[in-house]
Formats: sequence, structure tokens, C-alpha cells
Amino acid sequence: MNLYELKVHEAHDLIKQKKISCEEILLGVLDRIEEVEGIVQGFVTVTRDYALKKARETDKKIALGRKVGPLTGIPFALKDNMCSKDILTTCSSKILEGFKPPYNATVFERLEEQGAVLVGKTNMDEFAMGSSTENSGLFATKNPWDPSRVPGGSSGGSAAVVASDQVPFALGSDTGGSIRQPASYCGVVGMKPTYGRVSRYGLVAFASSLDQIGPLTKDVKDCALVMNAICGSDLKDSTSAPVDVPDFCSFIGKEVKGIRMGIAEEYFSLGIDDAVRNVIGKAIDNLENLGMGKVELSLPHTSYALPAYYLVSPAEASSNLSRYDGIRYGFRHEDSNNLLETYQKTRSRGFGAEVKRRIMLGTYALSSGYYDAYYLKAQKVRTLIKNDFDEAFKNCDVIVTPTAPTVSFKAGENTQDPLQMYLNDVFTIPVSMSGLPAVSIPCGFINGLPVGLQIIGKPFDEGTILQVADAFEQSRSFLNMKPNFGSFVRGGV
Amino acid sequence: MEITKKDVEYIAKLARLEISDDEKEILTKQLGHILDYVKVLDELETENISPTFHVFPMKNVFRSDKVKEPLSREEVLQNAPDQENGFFKVARVIE
Repeated sequence: MNLYELKVHEAHDLIKQKKISCEEILLGVLDRIEEVEGIVQGFVTVTRDYALKKARETDKKIALGRKVGPLTGIPFALKDNMCSKDILTTCSSKILEGFKPPYNATVFERLEEQGAVLVGKTNMDEFAMGSSTENSGLFATKNPWDPSRVPGGSSGGSAAVVASDQVPFALGSDTGGSIRQPASYCGVVGMKPTYGRVSRYGLVAFASSLDQIGPLTKDVKDCALVMNAICGSDLKDSTSAPVDVPDFCSFIGKEVKGIRMGIAEEYFSLGIDDAVRNVIGKAIDNLENLGMGKVELSLPHTSYALPAYYLVSPAEASSNLSRYDGIRYGFRHEDSNNLLETYQKTRSRGFGAEVKRRIMLGTYALSSGYYDAYYLKAQKVRTLIKNDFDEAFKNCDVIVTPTAPTVSFKAGENTQDPLQMYLNDVFTIPVSMSGLPAVSIPCGFINGLPVGLQIIGKPFDEGTILQVADAFEQSRSFLNMKPNFGSFVRGGV
Repeated sequence: MEITKKDVEYIAKLARLEISDDEKEILTKQLGHILDYVKVLDELETENISPTFHVFPMKNVFRSDKVKEPLSREEVLQNAPDQENGFFKVARVIE
């Protein structure tokens, strides 16, 4: 096995037994990046020298007796909207060109404390707005399973670099599905924790009441390991929840007999592709065979979640993105006669089309005379959506749905129609609007493209989600399939 | 409610965005399309429903009122597009 193929827990075992060094694993990963990054284009920045320095330091500390934790020496990538001190953080936007934060995001700090080694920052839809990573202001990332298709978005870079074995794990951020949908399209595990479970300090804000950071990994056990490292309250984030964090690994390898799975009829009717419905149906049968109970239920406001989200999130974005004015950081349009012109020209040339569209929509929804009709109405609908879940969870422990209505689509297919693009998130958005935790795990393939199964849990019950996800994963050995780069690397494309 | 080109110009001004004539055309059409789509929310009776601004009950978090070392002037200015004598330099404000 090549070193770059190792999962987090496999690499940890070898480092702990002193069979390999952190530097050896890192060099394997850096070679892999060189080999496939030309096709995948998942990284905005590769921090090669920084990573080598960190890996060598860690090896020295281990030689001097440092305890080897589960992430010690493990290479990883951060989505480029998480601040890393003195390392470029661009949100894949021209407006943050050259920005090097003077501080670290809490998640990055926690991973570094564990000895994990930052290998690079990953491409994303600009300011996390999009479902395909085609809205990056820099370049488009490709789906490792088929480079003519999108990796999903907005954490498409993070999902693609994990799927193509460029790093054992990466962090993404999820506002309306931006971890789970790319995880589904790229065939990896992606978890959105409960809102407040992970500190958002140092995460560049998109829609503050929805944004949440989470892991993208090769398997469920790795997901639990990364969750252990990044979860927990943080005084630097006033929305961080003061809730105890369990050992998520204690849920791995446990039976799922007796756990009740809810099946909501609405998730099998809203524009879902027949082949996806079929694969998800088999996954549900599989979970039943493992001893889980099945409860039919209804989440009647599901179809209202998407329109409500497309008022709430742009409204919050229009407010959050007002800080990009060309004065304190990032790009500035120099040819202006006064301050107002500096603002207008900087923002017009610095932001891409999708960001401008959402700022316009959000500004409209918050403007005088329209606030009640649009923004307030959407926040009330959000209550109805949340109430649906509260009611449903009285009768079940997890809810199982497809992650996305289709497999990955062709690049360029939806770029002209924003509404069509927004529909890709139809199954992930209700969860985000309710602040609930959910994971997407690979559950099958359609014509060689992965399909994701979404498992939704009660607030702060990520443990049960991981228990179910792990049991499913263990029962489906064919899911160890990997994208085949051989033909591409040898000049097949 | 139908969105007009004039509305788009007004919103752009509020959002501090300069948009070209082509963009105005496109945005009028696209925003109209999206606002038509969200009209579906009007089907729901929400008069007696409280809005959810945050999904879980949150308390204010207070840090102890202790003096701490702030970011240095150098760190604050390290990303400034333009600076002079330790200050951000901007285009003229007074006409």
C-alpha cells in the first residue's frame, strides 16, 4: 500500500509503532499531490515548506518521548475560509487576494496542538456560496471520479483532495450542505456537526446562524477521530455551545440493533433521480438487516426549506460581506476619486457573479419595506421546519435520507441557472436550518459515480450518527472503491 | 412583486456595488426569478409563529474584563492595500 492511501487511524498505528516517521508520510502525500493535482485542482495553496518543518519538528519531539496522539504527524488540509496565521486565506475570492491573517482559527489551533500537519488550503466556491466549486474566483476543481464532473460545493476542494488521496483528511464548512453534498459527489465521509458544537472563531463568516465547520475523511472512524479534536466550547466564539464532548470513537464498532431510523416520505419525492432512490432504498434495507427499526414519518415543511434558506443566508451574507471595502485588507481598486467609488469599484471587481447576486438578494430582503415580507417570514418558516424535526425525533433516533437528489453533474451544466443549482441542496438545507448534526457516507455507485446517504441526528447526538454510519460502512466492503487515476496520469485524458 | 431595473440600481447602491448595464439586465431577470420562487412561502400561515434567529437558546458569553495585549500596529496593517506613517491610507473623503 502507498503511504498516501493510509487512513488517519492506519497512519497513526504505524507512527505509534515507529514503523514510519511523520516526514515519510508527509513526503508520500506531497508526491501524490504532485502526481494528481494537475487533474484535480483541489488546492489553492500547498504549504510544502511549512509542512516539512512541522513534520520534522514532530519527529524530533516523538524521538524525545512526546506522546503520539491520534492525529500526531497526520497531514491535513483546511478549506480556504479558515484563518491560518501568516498563510494565505483567500476564500477563493479575488477580493481577499494576498490576505495573510494575523491569527489562527480555533479549529486550526486545535489540530496543530494535536500535532497534525497542515499541507494546504483547499479551493471552494467563493465565500462558500455554491454547490459545485465552479464559483471559485480562482479556478474550478474537478471530481476525482470523473474530471468532466463537479466535485460539489462549496467544500469541493476539501472533498476532492481526500477522495484523490492527497490528504488523509480535510476540514470543510457547511452552511446549507457544503460538507455533505461534496462528500456525496466525491464518495467520502463528510459531517456537519450540531450548530455550536465546533468553534467558528477564525472561520470567514458567510451566514453566521448556519455556518458550521466539520471533517471530510476516508472512513467513519477517521471522522470520529477528527471530531474528537475539533469539538468543544470556545470563549472566542459566543455561539459555541457549552456542552460536554463525548469520546466519539466510543461509538465506533457498536451494534445498531434497536436504533430506530426515521424515513421521511418528502425526501423521496422532491426531484430525486430514480437511480439514486434505488441505491438509497437498498441502503435502508441494509440498515434494517443490521437490526435497526424503521419508522415512516413526515416532515411536511421540507419543500419550504430551500426558499426560506435563500432569503436567510443571503441576508446574513450581505451583512457579513459589508466588511470587504478595500481599506484594511485584500484587493483595492486604485483608480477611484473618492471613498464611495473605492468601495463600489473594489467590491464590483473583487466579488464574483454568485457573491454579487446573493449580496443583492440579501440587501433586498433586509431593505426597508421588505424585511417583514421576506426575511422575517423566512425566519418564521425556519421555526416550522425545526418543529417538524422536533416532532419526528419523538419517534426515532436518526433520520435517513439521500444526501443529494442526483450524482455529480457535468461541469457547466447548471451554471446559467442559479435556481437549478440551488436545488442540489434540497435535502441538506432543512438540516442546516434546524441546526442539527448530519453525516453523508458513501452508500453505492451509479455508473461509477458515488451516491451519498445522509444520516441526521438529534442536537448534539453526533455519537449515534457515527455509530449507525460505522455499522453501515462495515457491512459494505465494496465501498473501498477508489477513483482510478491510472488512465489520466498515463495520458488517458 | 415584480422587481424592476430601477429596484436593482437602488439595491446595488445600498450594497455598495457598481454594476454594468449588462449586469443590471441579468440581475433584474435572475432576482425576479428567485423572488418568484420564494413566494411559495406565502402559502404558510405564520402570524402566530415566532421567528428562529438562532436554532438553540443561547446565553451571552462574557470574558473577564482584563487588559490584554492587542494585535500590534504592524500586524493590524500587514494586509493594508495602502498605508502611511502607521495609518490606513484611503481616497479623499471630503469633497
